Amino acid sequence: MSARWRTGSPGQLLLAAALASFLFLFLILPVATVVYVAFTEKGTGAFTLVNFADFARTDLFVRSFWNSLYVSAMTVVIASAFALPLAYLTTRFEFRGAVLVQTLGFLPLVMPPFVGAVAMQLLFGRNGSLNLVLDDLFGFKIGIMEGLNGVILLQAIHYFPFILVNLSTSLRSIDRSMEEAGQNLGAHGLRLFRRIALPLAMPGYIAGASLVFVKVFDDLATPLLLNVKEMLAPQAYLRITSIGLADPMGYVISVVLIAVSVLTMWLAARSMKGRDYATAQRGGGGLAKRTLGPREAAIAYAIVILILLIVLAPHVGLLMLSFATVWSFSPLPDGYTLAHYTRVLGESSIYIKNTLLYATLAGLIDVVVGGIIAYLVLRTRVPGRQVLDWAATAALAVPGVVVGIGYLRTFYDVKLPDGSSLASAWIVIVLAVAIRRLPYALRSAYAALQQISIALEEAAENLGATKTRTVRRIVIPLMTGGLLAGFVTSFATASVELSAVLMLVQTNADAPLAYGLYVFMQTPAGRGAGAALGVIAVLIVAIGTWLSQRAVDRSQRAHGLDL
Amino acid sequence: MTPTERPAAPVDVRIEGVELAYGTTRVLKGIDLEIRPGEFFAFLGPSGCGKTTLLRLIAGFAEADRGSVRIGGTDVSGRPPWKRDVGLVFQSYALWPHLTVAANVAFGLEERRVPRPEIERRVQAALELVGLAHLAGRRPSQLSGGQQQRVAVARTIVVEPKVLLLDEPLSNLDAKMRVSVRRELHALQRRLGLTTIFVTHDQEEANSICDRIAVMEAGSIRQVGTPMELYERPANLFVAGFLGAANILDGTVASGAFTLAGGARIPLAAGAVPPPGAKLMFRPQHASLAADAPIAGTIVHREFLGATVRYALRVGESDVVVDVPFQSGGDLHDVGAHVGIALPPERALYLAD
Ligand SMILES: Nc1ncnc2c1ncn2[C@@H]1O[C@H](COP(=O)(O)OP(=O)(O)O)[C@@H](O)[C@H]1O
Ligand SMILES: [Mg+2]
Repeated sequence: MSARWRTGSPGQLLLAAALASFLFLFLILPVATVVYVAFTEKGTGAFTLVNFADFARTDLFVRSFWNSLYVSAMTVVIASAFALPLAYLTTRFEFRGAVLVQTLGFLPLVMPPFVGAVAMQLLFGRNGSLNLVLDDLFGFKIGIMEGLNGVILLQAIHYFPFILVNLSTSLRSIDRSMEEAGQNLGAHGLRLFRRIALPLAMPGYIAGASLVFVKVFDDLATPLLLNVKEMLAPQAYLRITSIGLADPMGYVISVVLIAVSVLTMWLAARSMKGRDYATAQRGGGGLAKRTLGPREAAIAYAIVILILLIVLAPHVGLLMLSFATVWSFSPLPDGYTLAHYTRVLGESSIYIKNTLLYATLAGLIDVVVGGIIAYLVLRTRVPGRQVLDWAATAALAVPGVVVGIGYLRTFYDVKLPDGSSLASAWIVIVLAVAIRRLPYALRSAYAALQQISIALEEAAENLGATKTRTVRRIVIPLMTGGLLAGFVTSFATASVELSAVLMLVQTNADAPLAYGLYVFMQTPAGRGAGAALGVIAVLIVAIGTWLSQRAVDRSQRAHGLDL
Repeated sequence: MTPTERPAAPVDVRIEGVELAYGTTRVLKGIDLEIRPGEFFAFLGPSGCGKTTLLRLIAGFAEADRGSVRIGGTDVSGRPPWKRDVGLVFQSYALWPHLTVAANVAFGLEERRVPRPEIERRVQAALELVGLAHLAGRRPSQLSGGQQQRVAVARTIVVEPKVLLLDEPLSNLDAKMRVSVRRELHALQRRLGLTTIFVTHDQEEANSICDRIAVMEAGSIRQVGTPMELYERPANLFVAGFLGAANILDGTVASGAFTLAGGARIPLAAGAVPPPGAKLMFRPQHASLAADAPIAGTIVHREFLGATVRYALRVGESDVVVDVPFQSGGDLHDVGAHVGIALPPERALYLAD
């Protein structure tokens, strides 16, 4: 009997098969379709590279490609400029500002970059608050939000915490004797940091930086909201929406997006090979933190406050815009009103309802699928379980636009009983969003399951419980905290997903909040309402993040898992 | 200019009245020490007694609450580690994994802004000194434990520090390596003439290579002396027990003799003045067994060790070990036999805790 459990019971095999079909239908098939279309001749289906040749011959696409690369690389540079000083200050000094950095520094993660786009233009654009004041006082303007610059700044503000978190974790895990040996030989301060700590923390930095690069390269919503069209993801979107599903260029661009994502991840992994120093170190701890002198402290606070001001600008701008009567060609709004909130909570409340529904469903799908995959991988020997894991994780490398295009193309011809296309059904939006969040939910599920000692399950089986009953009575209750955290994370981020959604929304009645925000922001008159929706989105995500943190803490305390 | 060519004039290290507490835990309780120029000095004591802390204090990584550290006459208390010119070889070696062996060794010279050609020459010379010149291009992770240890030593001595500090440098090596590496260290120290402090919890290591030893217990120094002095004339029961095997028996001092709990009287040697609360201490090889000897005991165990026979005896409430030279054809005492222990008065030491 036990031997059969080890190779997978019929029930487990059935579950695995169901998940495999799910992943095949909603991830592999759409992506494969996109790749297939890109490499085949229209009509005949014969293999061809002609579409790629067309891509390479079209100036606009080549320019867009270089623009996307430039924006991604510059975002990494600017984000590093934010993250490096903050990581250095908070990990190497006794610094009260560290709490400030930890709380405020992570705020950008709560708000997707596109949400603050318009607010940033009002603050820093050509006719934004800063430039109006500068022009008035000194007679010049600065173009930090012009064109690609705007995308870079906004993305850097949003994504620098990825670098900060990874880099700080690495810095904290460096054995303190590594830096002490440097001090003993005469190095100290920034020089010591640059020569010893930073190289040793490089794996963490590369992990964060490559993630930022890929995310920015794939992002559709931010450039669109800033009206920057000459980048790859917007080009793919515009081809499909303006020329149609039959135009091959959208597919070619999708393949380029996937290829660059995969290549970046591969290069990052390769450059980190043999540099995983953390495992080579004994003990742990990090260097004893030094207290700052008064002059150093003043400089440190100046840096932290400057960075935090920049980082908080989109939030502040969004908040002001959501209460503004008219805000145009003036440093501050003319007056304040609640009308935008009344409007979005009234006539446009369908956006909020849709968002809550979609995000809840997406979160549920992720938790169930992620939880089952984690269980199959960690606790059974069902054949092919590694493939499930691999497929679900591969979703990381699939840009939102590609999911959108793939779904449209794959499900367009699938007719529902009422004669409409599956591609236009709202459930497809939910599935697209769920697939994009699956890798993260899967990781929470792994973490939750790994905390449960196998002995607890064996004890239940030893007392006569079947596998199924053991799962129901032991595993699921103990995993609750982790699964809940996974759910809320998926829920929170799903509620602000736009890249995939933009393609798939067919009618306003089916649109979620992020889409509504996008539509509102297209017209000056709609900005206030768009900002109000943005503030609501930020609140939903913030509350979700807070709840998930609480759920994790609670379940860990309840189960005595002091981590 | 290399360490081999020009041994710098060695300096002394003076530690005066050093107190250090972490929170409410007193880790160093009034340390006074004088380490002489060019001496190979050991801090010896059980794990957790404060040896590493004292070493880190000298290197500038820990700050004393009271007291001072002088190196070559200069008070360095309050100076940061990078301005102390004290070379510390870490217990974990702390070799930087992202740098090659040569780059590890060059680091300190680069920090001192030494010109590149000279750096190369001195790195080469230091690696030759520890016999690793052929591994200059390797990463630390590609070296064995013993090789890593030698790189750590080379990295430290290449900058010609005033003092060399070694924190349990042999503890990460296997037993066989330890003996050969400690000899190398000793030879190297002699060649450089560098004032060196060696931290260890292993009395054999300290005895075999150090000129003098400070025996530490719970944050205090119990005795300072050469290995022979500590063995022959321990100042207290802790030092006696920590360096070599010791038999310790309770008793009282009265009218020129030490009377054991069981009634046996050991006459005090001329000039012996037992401190208050003293106990009798003697080494196993200094006593002998005889039927009519004064200290009565019962043999509970016997081990044949080749040159000697080791008897474990029960004397009243205490256990005593006596080593007797083995003579071929001689009679051995059997387990269970009642025998007497004879102890020459001059071999009896009277020590307090
Ligand atoms: N940074 C510290 N904070 C608190 N206690 C410490 C610290 N460093 C050492 N100690 C304590 O001081 C005592 C002496 O430590 P240490 O000098 O490392 O001993 P040794 O090297 O002799 O084994 C130990 O009890 C240890 O727990
Ligand atoms: Mg120690």
